[in-house]
Amino acid sequence: MISKKNSKVVPIVLDGKEVEVPEGINLVDAAALHGKEIPHYCYHPQLSVAGNCRMCLIEMGTPMRNRETGEAILDDDGSPKIGWVPKPVIGCATNVSPGMHVKTESEKVLGCREGIMEFLLVNHPLDCPICDQAGECRLQEFATDYGRGYSRFVERKNVKPKRTRLGPRVTLDDERCILCSRCIRFCQEVPKDDVLGFVDRGSFSTLTCFPGRELDNNYSLNTVDLCPVGALTSSDFRFKMRVWFLKDADSICPESSAGCNTTVSSREGELYRITPRRNDLVNDSWMPDSGRELYKSVKSDDRILSSHIEQNPCTTDEAMVEAIRLLKGKNIGIVGSCKSSLEEQFLVNQISKKTKAKNYIRGHFAEDDGILLSADRTPNLRGALVSGFTQKYPKDNLLSLSQSLGKKQVDALLVIDEDLDAAQVDAANLDGVPIVFIGTQANTTSNRASVVLPSLTSFEKSGTFVNRSFYAQFFRQAVPGPAGILPDLSLLSRLLNGLTEDEEIIPDQNSVWKLMNSVRGSVLKGISLTDVKKEAVLLDSSKWSDLPFVEAKALHFEPIQKVEA
Amino acid sequence: MSNKSTPTERRIILKNADDPNYSNKIGCYLREGGYSMLKKSCKMKPEDIGAEVLKSGVRGRGGAGFPAGMKWKFLDRKSGKPIYLICNADESEPGTFKDRQIIHKDPHQLIEGMMIAAYAIQAKQAFIYIRAEFFEGARILESAIAEAKAKGFCGDKILGSDFSCDLVVHRGAGAYICGEETGLIESLEGKRPNPRIKPPYFPAVLGLYQCPTIVNNVETLCNVKHIMEIGGDEFAKIGKPNNTGTRIWCVSGQVKKPGYYEFECGALTLGEMIYDVCGGLLPGRSLQAVIPGGSSSKILRADERFSGKLKDGTEFDWGVEDIPLDFDGPMAAGTMSGSGGIIVMDDTVDMVEAMANINAFYAHESCGQCTPCREGSLWMRKITQRMCDGGAREEDADLLLSVANQIEGRTICAFGEAAAWPTQSFIAKFRDRFEEKVKNPERKKSSLQLI
Repeated sequence: MISKKNSKVVPIVLDGKEVEVPEGINLVDAAALHGKEIPHYCYHPQLSVAGNCRMCLIEMGTPMRNRETGEAILDDDGSPKIGWVPKPVIGCATNVSPGMHVKTESEKVLGCREGIMEFLLVNHPLDCPICDQAGECRLQEFATDYGRGYSRFVERKNVKPKRTRLGPRVTLDDERCILCSRCIRFCQEVPKDDVLGFVDRGSFSTLTCFPGRELDNNYSLNTVDLCPVGALTSSDFRFKMRVWFLKDADSICPESSAGCNTTVSSREGELYRITPRRNDLVNDSWMPDSGRELYKSVKSDDRILSSHIEQNPCTTDEAMVEAIRLLKGKNIGIVGSCKSSLEEQFLVNQISKKTKAKNYIRGHFAEDDGILLSADRTPNLRGALVSGFTQKYPKDNLLSLSQSLGKKQVDALLVIDEDLDAAQVDAANLDGVPIVFIGTQANTTSNRASVVLPSLTSFEKSGTFVNRSFYAQFFRQAVPGPAGILPDLSLLSRLLNGLTEDEEIIPDQNSVWKLMNSVRGSVLKGISLTDVKKEAVLLDSSKWSDLPFVEAKALHFEPIQKVEA
Repeated sequence: MSNKSTPTERRIILKNADDPNYSNKIGCYLREGGYSMLKKSCKMKPEDIGAEVLKSGVRGRGGAGFPAGMKWKFLDRKSGKPIYLICNADESEPGTFKDRQIIHKDPHQLIEGMMIAAYAIQAKQAFIYIRAEFFEGARILESAIAEAKAKGFCGDKILGSDFSCDLVVHRGAGAYICGEETGLIESLEGKRPNPRIKPPYFPAVLGLYQCPTIVNNVETLCNVKHIMEIGGDEFAKIGKPNNTGTRIWCVSGQVKKPGYYEFECGALTLGEMIYDVCGGLLPGRSLQAVIPGGSSSKILRADERFSGKLKDGTEFDWGVEDIPLDFDGPMAAGTMSGSGGIIVMDDTVDMVEAMANINAFYAHESCGQCTPCREGSLWMRKITQRMCDGGAREEDADLLLSVANQIEGRTICAFGEAAAWPTQSFIAKFRDRFEEKVKNPERKKSSLQLI
């Protein structure tokens, strides 16, 4: 994941083969670029280097130079003579330099790895059968790849606490800890909440919180992801599922406009956990704890599971016919959602255009933590701008809708996933106005709606979100939706087809993208669905540089600098 | 050996230490001409002092024996960051007790040496990092510093010059690893004394608070005063080339007169030290082994012979008694003079038990930061403990050696070597005792309790 775009490269000799690597990177990353694994535990590319696990020991040498003249000393065959460092060096703390020679597979190196693996395991409980990390454990992997295969240890192992509560979401198994200090460095460096440390010394060292403190910051679960072994476990996921049964889907966290890249794991349609997925442009390898809980909304009590007409369950077809009847020929007000995908917002806007409806949208704002939980608590506010649904920056209310209703400019509503009461729409003004509600969770508006059409959460569908930096990022479906619920794109295209006499729209991502690409002046011009599916695509945001975006400076995000008048 | 005269001590550092009329008060020190070298030095150019120290060839007395003048030259003076001087008084190598004598008996000598060194490297602040267990030493140093400050020998505008450097005593955190220079720096910063990785954290460039820092041993800093007194060239004539000055040897173990003795480097052999200076072994005992430089140095077996060529080309063929006491002599015999702690073991010592005790020490003192030392030291302890408790197995000697080999050279700091060398040398030289343990696993009734 180290950028190969770095213009400056230096030549090094990796296991006898001359290769080029970006200047200034360390040997672990350099070797990885050329398909060589240098195993490591404590090193993490996005944390400071600690150099304590010693697993990445390798042999390194540099071309020898004459001390006085500075000239390179040559071997008999004319090649530069290499001064090999007598002791093995750690790859994580050794940066590449021109002409450096590296051996990652020599007998000495293999001996080092064997030794370190043996040491790491002598006091390890070897309780893989009951360990949550089993299946994604570095100790298991490297023991298999680089270990000796048998134990020479006949003494008693150290005994340490097996279940220490470090915080509300993290449980520590001390015996499994290999003291790599990743979690400590993470807390110091990313959330800047220095709560973890080691006490005692030698092999009896134990990880703990400072007296009177807890690991309760909103990034605490990243320590669980970082932990290369089964020491730190998520209290939520602990003992729930063996990881090899899990099916992973690349997703985007819908919690805020930060747009953390995530992996959503499920088994047989059941969601089990959300973990961050590395993206050096957006979220490094982190995500907030709060975003990991969102999968629970899929099974929450207020989930809408069937269509309703006047609060009575009905089939989707009946509801759709009724919705079209209610909206056709009316002065429609459409309340869009910053939680909808870009494709859905585009289709909603198509409905609006075809029916000459008025568009309303509300922003959901809260405190910005300056890291990965931004002030804009919706994943796709910028999508509403890009799709053309709105030109104005959404406010935290729908007072303008309330006024329009008061003036009878609007006499029917299509509401996507919004709570009109919470958005300060005067309930009196809603009297007699038919509401068609599309959403996942019940609220006061769905309770009042004439027609309710259930839709899918972001875990049950795929689409595109545009994050705070205007990166368009694709999220993939992780689990199927509840039986009988149509994907939002299908619902919206059926509405559109029913409300207009135009050519029918096919409700699939590709067709919608073709339509979006064809809009004149769209920033999506020249970008295909395939591009977005491959990686985050940065959109041209210059059109919206005057808007009052609420996000504060944060990880990989700089707010647009307003020029003072 | 009997017809040779007993070598005489040459006391430079400990000149006044044991004089009954001498105390650690500043009055005594001034009476003996104290602080006159600081006065002289403050009128010199700082770099000239550094040049004298380099010329003197004085090697660090903390254990590694690195030339002090060279260390000062590595100092990063271009960064513009403040420079710190730290005196490493965390004397905790088993078998070593020289710095304590200096601190207790002649603290002003250390303070003067430090202030000269501080002036030479233009340090903004100097620290004495003293071992936690030296309660009395810390108290003595603190009152000595107060006396020196009152007379203008340290603190603001030293001796009326423009140079100011405060000196503070910092009591250690009670761990052996606090004596490792980067561990010491971490500890001084208020953290766990986890040694830093080198590169990039060489103290001379990125030391205390990421500023250039010099860490010197107590005895080394005292020598700075004497170098200024007689000049670098003259100092270099004391002892032998590359082994200049005197050394304080701390002899412990089963000799008649254990204690600390200051000799010119190379002025006597190990045999002379044991038999002449220390009065020989206890009656009826014979020499079994010697650890020449603190417990981490490799052990020597009494009947070993060493031959080879010294750096200057002279050939040698030594028994253990013939090893000259300097830096290079023990090095040529495959061990090191380390911190100068000579531990003598006679034939009553059970070598496996001695090994168990040394392993217990290193397992207890490993900081636990890096894997090989953390796990290896405790593993070795567990093995030797079991061997002493009647559970010795035939394969244990090889296993111990293999574990030690897996530690050496693979750790963050030199503690790895310190823990591995004893085991490696014990197995190499006393393998027969480890094998014997398998046959006779019972402990002797006279055995002392293990650590």
